[in-house]
Amino acid sequence: MSKANPPSFTLDGKTIPFGEGQTIIQAAMDAGVYIPHLCFNPEFKPHGSCKLCTVKADGRQTASCTQQAKDGMVVESDIKEINDERRALLQMLFVEGNHFCPSCEKSGNCQLQATAYELDMMSPHFDHFFPDRPLDASHPDYLLDFNRCILCSLCVRASRDVDGKNVFALSGRGIKSHLIVNAKSGHLADTDFSGDDKAAHVCPVGVILKKRVGFATPIGQRSFDEQPISATPHPVVKGA
Amino acid sequence: MTAPIKKLKVATTSLAGCFGCHMSFLDIDERLLDLVQLVEFDRSPLTDIKTCGPCDIGIIEGGLCNAENVHVLREFRANCTILIAMGACSVNGGLPAQRNHLSLPVILEEVYHAQHGLVDGFIPNDPELPLPLDKVHPIHEVVKVDYFIPGCPPSGDAIWKVLTDLLAGRQPELGHGLIHYD
Repeated sequence: MSKANPPSFTLDGKTIPFGEGQTIIQAAMDAGVYIPHLCFNPEFKPHGSCKLCTVKADGRQTASCTQQAKDGMVVESDIKEINDERRALLQMLFVEGNHFCPSCEKSGNCQLQATAYELDMMSPHFDHFFPDRPLDASHPDYLLDFNRCILCSLCVRASRDVDGKNVFALSGRGIKSHLIVNAKSGHLADTDFSGDDKAAHVCPVGVILKKRVGFATPIGQRSFDEQPISATPHPVVKGA
Repeated sequence: MTAPIKKLKVATTSLAGCFGCHMSFLDIDERLLDLVQLVEFDRSPLTDIKTCGPCDIGIIEGGLCNAENVHVLREFRANCTILIAMGACSVNGGLPAQRNHLSLPVILEEVYHAQHGLVDGFIPNDPELPLPLDKVHPIHEVVKVDYFIPGCPPSGDAIWKVLTDLLAGRQPELGHGLIHYD
């Protein structure tokens, strides 16, 4: 076997080269191939929790954000079996929270919404939970709307690993898991969170929102209104 | 001489909605003239017919916020071969469902009785008024829904696409640009 060729795997029949230690989704992103994902962000260590990026690798389902690529691996992603399961995961995320897109500042820039568009999610399918999740508007510059949290933990990772502040954490288990603010009062105003933090700019949905800039870009002219999320493998979200 | 085309019967209604989706439906503009060559309207705000007879397609705007909404929805389901949820409120409860984290007695008390400025306020209790539901529900939580057109409102183009796909015997598909939740 020749050592001249870099190692590669196939993704839906397309050859994807990869580097030492790369996961399937990292290699796919570098090759410009979209695999749906929510809790994965190439700037952070993978969390492997949302399972949207699940693929079939050599016939077995695995999260492509945590599965290291292997030479000769056969990976299937854009297939009915996997997309049906991804859509069901999205539907569960939608009914577990309160995702009222028409009033959300993140609408059109939201990765949850854009991924649901991508996977033709026409309805929530399941019964809604309609949970009661009060807002935290205590901070002078930022608002937390927990209704939209999908527990991706990107703000937790950003605050802990980049900002060195540990402002956010996930608390509780199973269906009771929820995002909390690490302050005795539980309020964002009682932390050292600031708009300069990485954590202020990584939320893929509309939980962490800057105050007084709402709807500066009209609905209909936002990132994913212009092109589908699959056309932006590294989503650069306007106004994030 | 060819036999006239048998027109499909279509019924539409607005439950806990704002009629915005029906306004958007009218945004298909002159294509309405093409549509009435193919369909005839049964119960609908466009005809003012009050009860739904046997129909090929029923289109529901709005979710369920009171007992009458549930009654009308069941009437549509019983009479329509294909039932379509049109717009955010019918698909996921939409704006009216934003009351769901509050208890109904608290809402009624605040709106009709306790709010500042109300004089001799009381909670309406006329037997003709349909009873409000404890929570607002999207319609798929009560009846089987065949197709969904999300959006607040869905664009006239999205509604037109679903209807023309159905009339042509195709599986309705929206795709990027037409599928919107906002």
